[in-house]
Amino acid sequence: MPTVFEVLSPGFLTTVQDEGRFGHRSIGMPIAGALDQYSYRVANLLVGNDRNAACLEITFLGPTLKVLGSAMIALTGGAFQATLNDKPLPQWQAVEVKENDIITVSQVATGFRGYLAVAGGFDVPSVMGSRSTYLRGKIGGFEGRPLQAGDKLKIGLPLQDAQPYTGKLIPSEYIPKYDASGIVTLRVIMGPQEDCFSQKGLQDFLMSTYTVTSESDRMGCRLEGTPVEHLSKDHAQIISDGIPLGAVQIPGDGMPIIMLADGQTTGGYPKIATVCTVDLPLVSQCKPGDKVHFLEITQDEAISLLKEQEDKLHKLQLMLTPDASSPARHFRVMVESRYFDVWVEER
Amino acid sequence: MSKQFCIKPAGDSALLVQLGNEISPVLNAKVRALNLALQHSPIEGIIETVPAYCSLLVCFDPLKVDPLQLEEEIKRAIQSTTQHIFSKPTVTVIPVCYGGDLGPDLEFVSDYCKLPPEEVIALHSAPNYLIYMLGFTPGFPYLGGMNPCIATPRLENPRTKIPAGSVGIAGEQTGIYPIESPGGWRIIGRTPIKVYDPFRDPPVLFSAGNYLRFQPITLQEYEKTEIQVKLGTYEAQTYQLEEGGQL
Repeated sequence: MPTVFEVLSPGFLTTVQDEGRFGHRSIGMPIAGALDQYSYRVANLLVGNDRNAACLEITFLGPTLKVLGSAMIALTGGAFQATLNDKPLPQWQAVEVKENDIITVSQVATGFRGYLAVAGGFDVPSVMGSRSTYLRGKIGGFEGRPLQAGDKLKIGLPLQDAQPYTGKLIPSEYIPKYDASGIVTLRVIMGPQEDCFSQKGLQDFLMSTYTVTSESDRMGCRLEGTPVEHLSKDHAQIISDGIPLGAVQIPGDGMPIIMLADGQTTGGYPKIATVCTVDLPLVSQCKPGDKVHFLEITQDEAISLLKEQEDKLHKLQLMLTPDASSPARHFRVMVESRYFDVWVEER
Repeated sequence: MSKQFCIKPAGDSALLVQLGNEISPVLNAKVRALNLALQHSPIEGIIETVPAYCSLLVCFDPLKVDPLQLEEEIKRAIQSTTQHIFSKPTVTVIPVCYGGDLGPDLEFVSDYCKLPPEEVIALHSAPNYLIYMLGFTPGFPYLGGMNPCIATPRLENPRTKIPAGSVGIAGEQTGIYPIESPGGWRIIGRTPIKVYDPFRDPPVLFSAGNYLRFQPITLQEYEKTEIQVKLGTYEAQTYQLEEGGQL
């Protein structure tokens, strides 16, 4: 009998997501997929999944799930108040769950979205090459919709015996800190339509602070603040073209919208800049009221950042590999009643 | 192909290839030719492309290909598309029941354009509409060729829910809503067929570079076709257009 997670309460907005639905943007199909690809990938790594396994994306207030069977789970992303049978559920590590266990993910403390991975992934049908839920298109994930109470989610077969992963901690540098009081810096590559804006518009965009509004969703992160001025009224629209992930659209009212995974594939508002891939997770962890500002970098710099992150994730994968011959081994040492995690690498 | 193109970064994982800046069938054909050339070239690292009116967005994996190298490959592809010949375009027939509950704004369009409803229907269903591009939501066709006599401004307050299959007018544009969505278009009719079905291969009935034609049907025919669609026995009507597709 495959393990099943029964949804006792669904939370605010919980959907099944994977890496995304690629190759169909030319017919208007958005990528969908986990908004915070970093937390999503680490969650899958922790439970020994391959990088495209489906997990749950949790928004603001998480679900309560009952385990029917046994499984290995990991919760990453924002800092949630989460419990396993009323005891605190540690985040950013693999945890074993057993028959009749109750996983409760309550309200988020910092950040906005969480990722609950399970060894073997959530076994929902693949639609057009992906298990991601695309809410507006009502496809993918669990019946193309957010989870509801009473839903029963089947778990796939784990890739390998994930047992040795349990309790393994990851270095703290791998755990993002979402500071609600600070201003989030989003690095952007200017263009492709920066020439639709006045000098003042470009300056305001890069110098001012914007606030995330409550109209933000999986389609886009909507901001308010100093309006970004177009060169003229005619420059407030362009002949519709393709919209890359993270594009910052400026409609007629001058308020930026950062286009996210469920966003439209084409559109007629000029795009002043595009948020670099490594900073997209930060956008998805912003909640209404959070403040952001934009910092210009080059395409080269953005690609270097992405390569650094890949290397870091590759190292993490090696650390987590249960194989004894792996380059890094983990020890937990207690010094003066404090725990320290130590990795030893053979050279 | 003209040398008036430019390639700009669109973030760290996409390049925007701008082939011009106007809505014209000739320029749009160049976009499609370049898109085909890239699809048939062995460039590693291209994830997908989004062809539009006069530009092509090329999405790539920066861990697999350097954008400078990709830019060179794209330039080469642009040069190689000078002689591209397309196969003859097809016309997909979209049956539409105009007016009534299915087309609540037909009356408004008729009043606004000072034309009787029958005339609006006749003008709307006469042309073969060029599908410039698909986008926005799955299967939404950006069509060219609507008669300006039936151009009508959008609703001031968009509706929160427009049923899938609704056919509408917004300014000088016409189109079909492939999925239920909010929107401000003037809805003049509805098609019983599914222009977009994620479980069908291909999911969208038509493709860019081809044509659509709206065929007026009665409510009875609408209901009959709707049943056929539900049973899976409905076959979309298409035919080939005789005009050549040479660039």
